Amino acid sequence: MSTSTPETAAASETRTVEYDSHTINFGPQHPAAHGVLRLILELKGEVVERADPHIGLLHRGTEKLIEHKTYLQALPYFDRLDYVAPMAQEHAFAIATERLLGVEAPLRAQYIRVMFAEISRILNHILNITTYALDVGATTPSLWGFEQREILLEVYEAASGSHYHANYVRPGGVAKDLPPGLLEKISLWADQFPKFVDDIERLLTGNRIFKQRTVDIGIMTAEQAMEWGFSGPCIRASGAAWDLRRSQPYDIYDQLDFEVPVGSHGDCYERYLVRVAEMRESHKMIRQCIAQMPGGPVKLADNKITPPKRGEMKRSMEALIHHFKLYTEGYHVPEGSTYSVVEAPKGEFGVYLVADGTNKPYRCHIRAPGFAHLQAMEVLSKGHMLADAVSVIGSLDIVFGEIDR
Amino acid sequence: MADETLPTEIAEPAPLTALEQLVADVIAAVPAGVIASGRVVRGAEAEIFAARDALPALMTMLRDDPRFAFNQCVDLCGVDWPGRAERFEVVYNLLSLQLNHRLRVVITTDAATPVPSVVSIWASATWYEREAWDMYGIVFEGQPDLRRILTDYGFEGHPLRKDFPLTGFVEVRYDPERQAVVYEPVKLQQDFRNFDFLSPWEGMTTLPGDEKVHLNRITRE
Repeated sequence: MSTSTPETAAASETRTVEYDSHTINFGPQHPAAHGVLRLILELKGEVVERADPHIGLLHRGTEKLIEHKTYLQALPYFDRLDYVAPMAQEHAFAIATERLLGVEAPLRAQYIRVMFAEISRILNHILNITTYALDVGATTPSLWGFEQREILLEVYEAASGSHYHANYVRPGGVAKDLPPGLLEKISLWADQFPKFVDDIERLLTGNRIFKQRTVDIGIMTAEQAMEWGFSGPCIRASGAAWDLRRSQPYDIYDQLDFEVPVGSHGDCYERYLVRVAEMRESHKMIRQCIAQMPGGPVKLADNKITPPKRGEMKRSMEALIHHFKLYTEGYHVPEGSTYSVVEAPKGEFGVYLVADGTNKPYRCHIRAPGFAHLQAMEVLSKGHMLADAVSVIGSLDIVFGEIDR
Repeated sequence: MADETLPTEIAEPAPLTALEQLVADVIAAVPAGVIASGRVVRGAEAEIFAARDALPALMTMLRDDPRFAFNQCVDLCGVDWPGRAERFEVVYNLLSLQLNHRLRVVITTDAATPVPSVVSIWASATWYEREAWDMYGIVFEGQPDLRRILTDYGFEGHPLRKDFPLTGFVEVRYDPERQAVVYEPVKLQQDFRNFDFLSPWEGMTTLPGDEKVHLNRITRE
């Protein structure tokens, strides 16, 4: 401002403009924030002008901790990333470590891993769809969904001993074989699951209120989705036929027969539809895994990488030494780096692992799909109403365990 | 007079795999010196080491050239090697959805030298660059929003650097008397234990009576 301007001229230039803009703090404790999201929303009236997510409130330094742990001790941290679908993350780290070691898990282990990866996907999608419905006003789906989740979490527990923190998928296979009767139990669950999906669809897919809250909200074109690093159901809803299980198959995904549901419009509603369709496909894949499940070992025979049997330890000195060395020193991974990915329920979950030849990872960067998705929050919610920002967060499937790491 | 022991034909080079071809094409597509070296790791992952200054041109070419079409920068992260002249590596993992291939681009830098930002090439790079700044203190030139992202408000230091201790420097607690959250220097009840596993039993090679077991190892040395 020039001070030399005469006062009269300055007064005529100065105008008072009423601008109805205010900034609100959404979260970090808000049920629709799906965790500890602090979202700074600049609103003009009720319309979102700017959305700035502040993340890191659940930052636990996972990557730093992993650098101080052996490969075997680092694995349980992956359960704690996306805690909605723990085994999918373990799978990524196990594959990364196996690549660096130059080993491959036995066939039965691969089937078990894929079966649990698909169970994790259903766990994830049930939670996402039902809490999403809760965000936009429907209570019943979550009551029904959690019943299904409980059955699947019991399957988790039967195999690994824990509902959530499974620590089951290990480099070189899985921790232990499935207990007898578990496959039958999963089959029984699978018999009734399609009806559950039908019921959820009857509640939501044609629901007028649900559609009013989601159709045409948060539209992402395929080009935008690529630019913003989208993956998984979010990019498929935008019309890109892209699925790592199909395009870069790992373990035994190339043996399975499944469809990749693809949307076209890329709005919140289609992201929901894609997830529902994916649950049906996962159900199909679980059925196929049960039918094709071969016998044989569930981990490598090499006791330098996988622990010996408990019974063997009681008789064999060598097995005892292996056991001791494995759980204290761990194994040394040859120098190298790898970027290994899996199609986690939320999208591309990658592990960039650098080994320096010692028994601990030198660097382990975790590429979480939600991190990229949340970044696009501003693009997706700009120009929408405040209530629609909630729909967008729900449809992106945000879990802070993996975003904040 | 021709020596008959010499091969009469030039040996055919082994056919390049698709990934080796990709690396060769990328190297051929840019001026000499931009890419220091390229390789295919374990026959599965293509990796190139590039010059820092030429990064924007290289990345734009990788995105726009229809032979490469890397339309996603799926991951970007730093790696700390304190012993090296330029201690930080910045690793870009690129993905092409159309052509279904990946490429890893690695550049180096140090704490003072800024790296050209790729945010104008891939919008998704913003948060990844913020994270690399937060965790390592790598500066990205041209990044309009280089705030910390994962650490606390007012945090000092770059926690993923190798010289940053695992326990950190400050701890946070709620003080009921002052009714406020207070920051204090870390006090450990027990020393942080870091076992040295790199000097295992091989150290003792001459245990009396055990010579036969170690015979091979001794003679090799």
